[in-house]
Amino acid sequence: MSLLTKLRHAFITPGKLRDLGILGMNGRNVDYITRYNPRRLYPLVDNKLKTKKAAHKAGIATPKLLGYVESLGEVERLLHRLETMTDFVIKPTRGSGGKGIVVISDRDGPLFVKPSGAKLSKLDIRRHISDIISGLYSLGGKPDSVMIEQRVDFDPVFNDYSFEGVPDIRVIVFRGFPVMAMLRCSTHSSDGRANLHQGAVGVGVDLRSGRSIHAVQRNHPVSVHPDTQKPFSELRVPNWERLLVLAASCYEMTNLGYIGCDLVIDRQLGPLILELNARPGLSIQVANGAGLLPRLHAIEALGEDELAWPVEKRVEYSRALFGHARPVGVA
Amino acid sequence: MSPRAQVFIIALLLIAAGVGLTVYKSVTLGFPLMPGEYRKVWTVEAKVQFDAEGGPVTASLALPRVQKHMRILGENFSAGGYGFEIEEGEGDYRAVWSRREAHGPQHLFYKLSVYQRDHVSKKSGALPAPELDQGRVDELQQSPALSAMQSLIEQAHQLSANNRGFIEQLAKLLNDAGNADAAMLRDSQGERSRAALMIDLMTTAGLPAHLIRGLYLENEQRKAIDPQELVEVYIDGQWQIFEPINGTLGLPDNFFMWQRGGKSLLDVSGGTNSQVTYSVIGNNISARSVALQQGTKVEESKREAVSLLNFSIYTLPIEQQNVFKLILLVPVGTLAVIVLRIMVGLRTAGTFMPVLLALAFIQTQLITGLTIFLLILVLGLGIRSYLSRLNLLLVSRIAAVVMVVVIMMAFISIISYKLGIDQALTVTFFPMIILAWTIERMSILWEESGPREVIIQVGGSLLVASVAYGLMTNPFIEHWTFNFPELTLCLLGIVLMLGQYSGYRLSEFLRFRHLEGA
Repeated sequence: MSLLTKLRHAFITPGKLRDLGILGMNGRNVDYITRYNPRRLYPLVDNKLKTKKAAHKAGIATPKLLGYVESLGEVERLLHRLETMTDFVIKPTRGSGGKGIVVISDRDGPLFVKPSGAKLSKLDIRRHISDIISGLYSLGGKPDSVMIEQRVDFDPVFNDYSFEGVPDIRVIVFRGFPVMAMLRCSTHSSDGRANLHQGAVGVGVDLRSGRSIHAVQRNHPVSVHPDTQKPFSELRVPNWERLLVLAASCYEMTNLGYIGCDLVIDRQLGPLILELNARPGLSIQVANGAGLLPRLHAIEALGEDELAWPVEKRVEYSRALFGHARPVGVA
Repeated sequence: MSPRAQVFIIALLLIAAGVGLTVYKSVTLGFPLMPGEYRKVWTVEAKVQFDAEGGPVTASLALPRVQKHMRILGENFSAGGYGFEIEEGEGDYRAVWSRREAHGPQHLFYKLSVYQRDHVSKKSGALPAPELDQGRVDELQQSPALSAMQSLIEQAHQLSANNRGFIEQLAKLLNDAGNADAAMLRDSQGERSRAALMIDLMTTAGLPAHLIRGLYLENEQRKAIDPQELVEVYIDGQWQIFEPINGTLGLPDNFFMWQRGGKSLLDVSGGTNSQVTYSVIGNNISARSVALQQGTKVEESKREAVSLLNFSIYTLPIEQQNVFKLILLVPVGTLAVIVLRIMVGLRTAGTFMPVLLALAFIQTQLITGLTIFLLILVLGLGIRSYLSRLNLLLVSRIAAVVMVVVIMMAFISIISYKLGIDQALTVTFFPMIILAWTIERMSILWEESGPREVIIQVGGSLLVASVAYGLMTNPFIEHWTFNFPELTLCLLGIVLMLGQYSGYRLSEFLRFRHLEGA
């Protein structure tokens, strides 16, 4: 193969991208985010405490808040309380992209144990909390606050699809209609994080059935989880309809037209909203092997009446329109 | 109107304004479009000499009129003890020096600088409607040379088809050694110039004509030169200039007209032996300073130009101008960042950090700058990773990194100086705070996302900074941004339009390549 053909195959053509209806970064920013997400509504999603409060008011389930610290002076008291807890999650209130989140799943005497088995001392925890408060993980380095959340007790259905970490489900909700979904499975190479850039597996999920369509790791199609060797074709997200309804109802809660809802499924509590994102990434298209544009255009073509539908009807409409008619195997 | 249409219209207006002002400055004010353009500026000095008789003295010198192909940059009159004024006569200006009492030889000076404009029509300016000088016609009728003149005119008529040909033939005949009439006229010419003879012939032939006196601007050495004469004749409804000896039509390119029409060049009352001598000296001056001098010389027709320049960067002190030279390059670097981020999709650490880096590179040179930056970054990351184990608060940790950067800069300077590497002394041009923040951000990125992301972002930043540096040090771009700051409006328009760009980034063709089979 000549260098030129090699080079040619390293890229996809603009025409092909357009045919697939892939939404690009500029298109997302110009045509969707600036148009449908008014800036003044951002604080509600950028601040996880505000999101939690609004969700509570709207009757949307979220993980329970166990503690909250705003200033360095309160850290000692918080640490004192943490000593009695076995598992919890430390989160920066205004963090983005999962930065600064530490999950503690167990205790080893005075030490705190992460799902990976790494152990943190009280000093490590204290430093992490003070880093968060100093603004290390927040946008623009602004001073931040710390949330301590209940650790989600994951539904065992995901046990074989997640390595050392948190499997979460991202649903893109456009004007109240779920348009695309994916499951993000942490892997050994992603260090237990559900971040696709770091090597987590993205699994496109069929809106109709909750079954997997297609899975990718670092942009390459995969058919089994790289650590557990479990085939994704057997994956089916439980409580799928309820999960979509929960995601879609975030539209009423935030009034943001284009959001990414991150959900988890708790063994007892069912689907919970973890966080919302006003600038959701584009990798979901790779995980689904499909472009967002045709679906977004379909929703944009709807009239006032359809947009005013109750959330259940919107979900039903989306599932019929964007779901696959028959179960699809993994690519 | 939709925001998209508004942006489009505003952007177009901005671009049009930028281009319009640039064209105006270049065409009307003569600012050079290309760097390194020089113009030859001539300094012409007219020296008036006469011997004063002891009583009141008045000397009046005809001054050159505004000419289309020559631009006068400045004038200057000097004469000790004389009162001075400029008198406006019928379509001409005269410098008048006067003094109550003067003895002995007198010297008066008039100096002007002038440059030749390229690609400008040399058509003579409007002169009053011509009238044949009837007195002179009558005089010539009595002249003993009348028959010779008439014969010569007759011959020239025979040999030519039109007035222009007639003039050429007449000049040729007059030069013809074998022509008896011409020889007779040449002999009778005596002290008078060939031009005067030509004018007599024109007048006899019924064509209004007058004399033009001026200087050929050539030879850069300062030297005294004699004024030369041309003849202007009214034919076919317009004034035509021709050279009297060989009859060539048209105004020579480097001919600076001093006096047009029959008026005297110098009138002196109260003095004798008066004469005007000229000297010319040529200098190469950058086209930009010529344009600036031109702009600051207040002329009636150039009022608007003057006000444009009065509020320009050129009115600032030189030091500030140099600062602006750099500042005006920032939009270019910014545009490079925007294009590379929006169209190409490069990731950079901090949005405009690459522009600041590029500004530092301008001072340090590219290779030195890149080396120093990478050196400080690597050392800084190492030190930062140790600091992170010390459980410091974020603010004091960053402060510590700043100080470590300062110390590193000092060491790099001292060591490289001892080693004889002078370039490394320019390390001080790097914005310290930016370096410290970059180190801090990159070390967090390293912990959070791994070394790969750090390399992508640092590499992206350095690539963008290098591209911006390349553009900002381009001599053409430097010249345009400083001399035509209004081009920034164009850049603004382009940036606004790019803000509406919703197409794919080049990097996305790579990112989504595995969808090819989907």
